[in-house]
Amino acid sequence: MPEEQSIDIQKVANLARIALTDEEKSKLSGQLDSILGYINKLNELDTSNVDPTAHPHSVYNVWREDKAEGELPIEEALKNVPEQRQNMIVVPKVVE
Amino acid sequence: MGEELQFKTAGELSDLLKGGSVSSVEIVQAFIDRVESVDDRVRAFNSYDAEDALAQARASDERRAKAERLGELDGIPVGLKDNLAVKGQPLTCSSKILESFVSPYDGTCIQKLKANGAILWGRLNMDEFAMGSSTENSGTHTTSNPWDLDRIPGGSSGGSAAAVAACETPVALGSDTGGSIRQPASHCGVVGLKPTYGRVSRYGLAAFASSLDQIGPIARNIDDAALLLNAISGYDPHDSTSYKIDVPDFRKAAADDSDRKWTIGLPKEYLEENSDAAAIKPVLDAIEFYKSQGIEFKEISLPHTEYAVATYYIIATAEASSNLARYDGIRYTSRAESFDGKDSIDIYHQSRALGFGEEVKRRVILGTYVLSSGYYDAYYLKAQKCRTLIRSDFERAFESVDAIMTPTSPTPATLKGAHAEDPLAMYLSDIYTISANLAGIPGLSLPCGYVDGLPVGLQVLGKPFKEDEILKLGWIFESAHAYKDHHPSL
Repeated sequence: MPEEQSIDIQKVANLARIALTDEEKSKLSGQLDSILGYINKLNELDTSNVDPTAHPHSVYNVWREDKAEGELPIEEALKNVPEQRQNMIVVPKVVE
Repeated sequence: MGEELQFKTAGELSDLLKGGSVSSVEIVQAFIDRVESVDDRVRAFNSYDAEDALAQARASDERRAKAERLGELDGIPVGLKDNLAVKGQPLTCSSKILESFVSPYDGTCIQKLKANGAILWGRLNMDEFAMGSSTENSGTHTTSNPWDLDRIPGGSSGGSAAAVAACETPVALGSDTGGSIRQPASHCGVVGLKPTYGRVSRYGLAAFASSLDQIGPIARNIDDAALLLNAISGYDPHDSTSYKIDVPDFRKAAADDSDRKWTIGLPKEYLEENSDAAAIKPVLDAIEFYKSQGIEFKEISLPHTEYAVATYYIIATAEASSNLARYDGIRYTSRAESFDGKDSIDIYHQSRALGFGEEVKRRVILGTYVLSSGYYDAYYLKAQKCRTLIRSDFERAFESVDAIMTPTSPTPATLKGAHAEDPLAMYLSDIYTISANLAGIPGLSLPCGYVDGLPVGLQVLGKPFKEDEILKLGWIFESAHAYKDHHPSL
């Protein structure tokens, strides 16, 4: 794990797509630095010969017939859309 | 007081319905009345639809009249954590970003409850997106502990545990990612079970950390937890991580009286260092009770225990940052009204800034960081390797013991606001529960006594898919201690 923990909060918030106020940025960086400091504890463990666990039990591939089922009608699928028109989701204009 | 319907367990109510002495409408009305008289103080519910519950009850009574009872739960209310999808009901995850969301489909657990005839009863408060241990991170309000209204009920399934403890529902479903069923059950003096990862389908559960999440029951006794687990367990093609394995009758297994020799492990790492001895005295007393019943105990070691919290907070936040990317302000969440029209992605930034609360932002940002370019191997991959070590600790321990007993929580319920400015302190309070999620094993919390009038929970951890065994062990204690009849005065 990297030695220097200071998190570039603006960069990470951008990746996470969350706008932060200056106040939130300074509070969060302090808290995240202390959490990361704690997490560094894992460096005490030698894991060079350990396989990672992604899933707690043995996994197997799951196949099924390529057959549509349980699909929602358009009105149902769009019921929670903030803004819609003619069965399409309205978004702000993004091209000139 | 014990004669009133709201104080009865689901099993008792099911027998009364079978005997024809009460109707489902009377039962549901008793719980509506109870909620209307106590929930202004407990505040376990985000919302409920009394008319809809009564309509479900009438349909149940009609089935019974025609001898078409669907299952043991036919006519019995089941409260739902507000992250489970029921077609036509709100699903908020206690988040502003989902405040207007209505589920377009039923999750698998809900389909199973409906097939059993259960009354789907209310949407129960939680920490936003299940991130927290107190319900103080709820975007709507903080639920109170029914045993002391100034204290937290625990979390994240705090609404579910408080509603069961306050007799606002006989049973409820919660979800457990790092202790979110067991810790609030412990704080509220009720039974909570996190099943083995894969025992219950997660289809229709709003995802927090997909390799850790499980849905499970909260109830006032072991029998009801088993009854609910019977109803929701099983392989589901809609969740490829649900497991193809036989589902025993958990109710029957828990009540089975045949003699069996048990060996229980006591992890020295849990009992030595972390706990305030007075706070866990009822747990030590419960262990003495088990010894008096001829059950053998031996000290075991889970040497990587001290690394569990750090491992968990990398894996859980990484998975959360990915899962919560779907809440984007475009498709089905609330959308910010003002954003920079020249910057096409500002609508995401602003909608998420408005819609997510502080803890969710903190975890999504931490999770994004540990997955970001240049840090992935150092954090996420490292944590997955540490997870292997923690899992192996349990595999080794279970070679010589049938189950493991520990406190559920280092302390009883704390006062509201105790961890407000120190998220790390809150994370550390999950120390006893999170390893079970990392290892994928089942865990039960059952009430075992009180400290200063506050309930304390005993945790029983079992081998993978051996929920029947930990329920049986819980039953042995419960048969001699009637905590189901202890109710907070409200």
